[in-house]
Amino acid sequence: MTATTAISLPALRGAGAATTRSALAQAVPPLVVGALALVAWEALVRVLSIPAFLLPAPSAIVATLVTDVGLILSAAQVTTAAVLGGMALGSIAGIVAAFVVSLFERAASTILVLVAILSCAPVVALAPIFNQWFGASNLMSKIAVAGIMVFFPVMVNTTRGLLRVDPLHRELMLSLSASPLQLMLFVRIPGALPALFDGLKIGATLSVIGIIVAEYFGGTANALGVLIANTAALSQFEQTWAAVAAASALGLALYALVLLLERVAMPWHHAMNRT
Amino acid sequence: MSTTTLSGRRIPASAEPVSAPPRGRRGWPRPAALQYLAISVGLIVAAAALWEGYKLLGAATGGKIPFTDLPLPIASSDLAMPHLWTIIGALGAPASSATSESLLSYLLGETSVTLREAAYGLLLGSGLGVLLAIGLRELPMVSRGVMPWLVVSQTIPLVALAPIIVIWVGGLGLPSWVAVTIISAYLSFFPVTVNTLRGLNSADPIHLELMRSLNASRLQTLTTVRIPSAIPSLFSGLRLAAIASVIGAIVGELSAGTGLGIGRAILSAAYFYSTGPEKLFAAVLVASLAGVVFVQIIAIAESLVLRRRTQ
Amino acid sequence: MTTSPTDTGVATTTAPAISLRGVSKVFSTSSGPVHALDDITLDIEPGSFVSLIGPSGCGKSTLLRVIGDLIDPSEGVVEVHGRSAAAARKARDYGMVFQQAGLMDWRTVRRNIELPLQVQGVGRDERRAKARQMLKLVKLEQFEHHRPRQLSGGMQQRVAIARALSFQPRVLLMDEPLGALDEMTREHMQRELLGIYQATGTTVVFVTHSVSEATFLSTDVIVMSPRPGRIAEHLKIDLPAYRNDETRISEQYFAEEAKVRASLHSVLDESRRAA
Repeated sequence: MTATTAISLPALRGAGAATTRSALAQAVPPLVVGALALVAWEALVRVLSIPAFLLPAPSAIVATLVTDVGLILSAAQVTTAAVLGGMALGSIAGIVAAFVVSLFERAASTILVLVAILSCAPVVALAPIFNQWFGASNLMSKIAVAGIMVFFPVMVNTTRGLLRVDPLHRELMLSLSASPLQLMLFVRIPGALPALFDGLKIGATLSVIGIIVAEYFGGTANALGVLIANTAALSQFEQTWAAVAAASALGLALYALVLLLERVAMPWHHAMNRT
Repeated sequence: MSTTTLSGRRIPASAEPVSAPPRGRRGWPRPAALQYLAISVGLIVAAAALWEGYKLLGAATGGKIPFTDLPLPIASSDLAMPHLWTIIGALGAPASSATSESLLSYLLGETSVTLREAAYGLLLGSGLGVLLAIGLRELPMVSRGVMPWLVVSQTIPLVALAPIIVIWVGGLGLPSWVAVTIISAYLSFFPVTVNTLRGLNSADPIHLELMRSLNASRLQTLTTVRIPSAIPSLFSGLRLAAIASVIGAIVGELSAGTGLGIGRAILSAAYFYSTGPEKLFAAVLVASLAGVVFVQIIAIAESLVLRRRTQ
Repeated sequence: MTTSPTDTGVATTTAPAISLRGVSKVFSTSSGPVHALDDITLDIEPGSFVSLIGPSGCGKSTLLRVIGDLIDPSEGVVEVHGRSAAAARKARDYGMVFQQAGLMDWRTVRRNIELPLQVQGVGRDERRAKARQMLKLVKLEQFEHHRPRQLSGGMQQRVAIARALSFQPRVLLMDEPLGALDEMTREHMQRELLGIYQATGTTVVFVTHSVSEATFLSTDVIVMSPRPGRIAEHLKIDLPAYRNDETRISEQYFAEEAKVRASLHSVLDESRRAA
């Protein structure tokens, strides 16, 4: 007994230290590749003197980001608001729908298949309808598109998570004559969290795509998607690329936010992956 | 009951339920086709009832939320929400006053243009994706540097590059459908690469050890162990890619001035919305159904391939 | 139940803790009905340690689940402390331990042990105190705040036993609880289990594949025969109540083990001949 303690405790600590070290080692190659790609891009543009309409140099894009910071930030602000709105709306609706569907265990798997099929529809095509309903310059018309795109992965994943109960846990709870509510609280919901967050991660990516595309269909001039489309049409390519960079940063930041939330909500998940 | 044959006895599989499903809750049987049909019809009827019910509610309360003075979030007028029969009816009517072609046949024609571009894009993108995945798998050093960027690239909105790609292709003097195909291809490229690579790396270690003990070449290991074990995740990548390729084609059409395709048709229906709102809804309906059918073709291929495997 | 040589006429008059009368269970499968249990009649005295042993397919796990009211019998009556099995389950008479520990990843070790108490609505402080007591019983005090995945298989199984005992059930139902452990850990756990059994005086029903395990732990060994699952022999184990590693190498132990083994082999021979 004491022997197991003596072995397992340092082993745990050792594993923690090893991951910190290997995390550093893992970060080096991609950073090198990233830096090399940037340098090669810059060199290529300068040496071959590629015109800006084909590909502006990274330095030129950064310079534009700096000079047009006001324009891009204000456009990013509008888009960010829409993205967050779409995430909130879509995930709340998805979670509520998942709870409702998981109540009907018999029909749930059929409903899930149908919803998964439905989710293959190009939701972005709905953008013009929402533009008509809410007005193209109304943020709601963009939020609705992103919301629907987020809804599907969150709903499908959460429902699967709620339905997938370890048979052992089910038997254990039955032997304790636990109520369905207790099964939900103690087993189903915590067990569904990983699936829910997987859905949110997909949703985070889709919401940014949804908003940008919805903005291509028309909207306030002051939004990243509109800015990208308009500056490309006007041949202001440094601005186009700067806006693309801003949109990418937004996508990354949103994804990181979901990862952070995941870690806060499921500390055991992190500990589990570490060991 | 006791089925004894000449060749041998058939004993029912162990009657001991190892982790017995309590109280006859023994996994759901594969939902029968009938159940699918019933629930699909139920959902469609429910959606239709919701639509028309909303319109009735709006008509009854004068566009207000019941018991309040607040307007409904979406106007229930025939301009904002045409009756379903108007939308269906519009599909049979001529597409415009200048032609006798029905709206449905016009939309299907435009959709086929879009789906063709999406299919080319999917083919191109997934082909490149599989090749890159194999390359990354066989060159682990490169993979360690590139893989994180591939993962990151999935979190950024690649559609944002669409207008730029249209310019590039135009600059090369190529027809604009090429731009649409390329946009569609690079959107479908990433999910295929990432999923295939994951699949190639998920090969059973026992099989890999077996191949090593047989002194098999890398190529042999790749073709006999790694690629077969990558098929399921390749297909899940393909399904995501198919969805992305349709979105890519529609977005490409918006950015490129092709004048053809369902994306353009939706845009022009939106432009002439006030003279015929039902046309926009009809176009979106056709586009959505076409997208679903397109992706389901991949799903059906997947189930055929994977079913043969489990038999 | 007949009088046994060890019980010198004391226990024979007490009411049985568990009593089965003509219990049968038929599963319907795609290849026709399977008689998992056929006309089982058995009395289990309070405070006894009863092992169910037999070849696979003899219905020993099914029998355990029928006693625990996780499966309804097709025929027959199960009484536990004079009530139906369902009433006993609702009165929280059963602690269950399975082959897999079935701990919940999202709970710490201590909170896993608290689960049954939480289901029963015990207040937080009392829960915590009882869980700590149980941790001491299974000698895992230092691991209170660990995550289940951070423990070895044997330690996880000890947590599962602590969880089952946390609310002092009158009956402990164990389905091959040591089956997934390696030989060394297994023998260690057998000693621990005996210690816990002697300390708590719980009635134990224990499913196992191992003749030596059954002999070492039990007061009674029920040898079962397959297809249909029947009781072939009810053996009393003639060993002192207090057992330790010395017991394992005693003549008396070898004699008792040989008795169980002989009985099991005759069952195996018979089922082979029948087939």
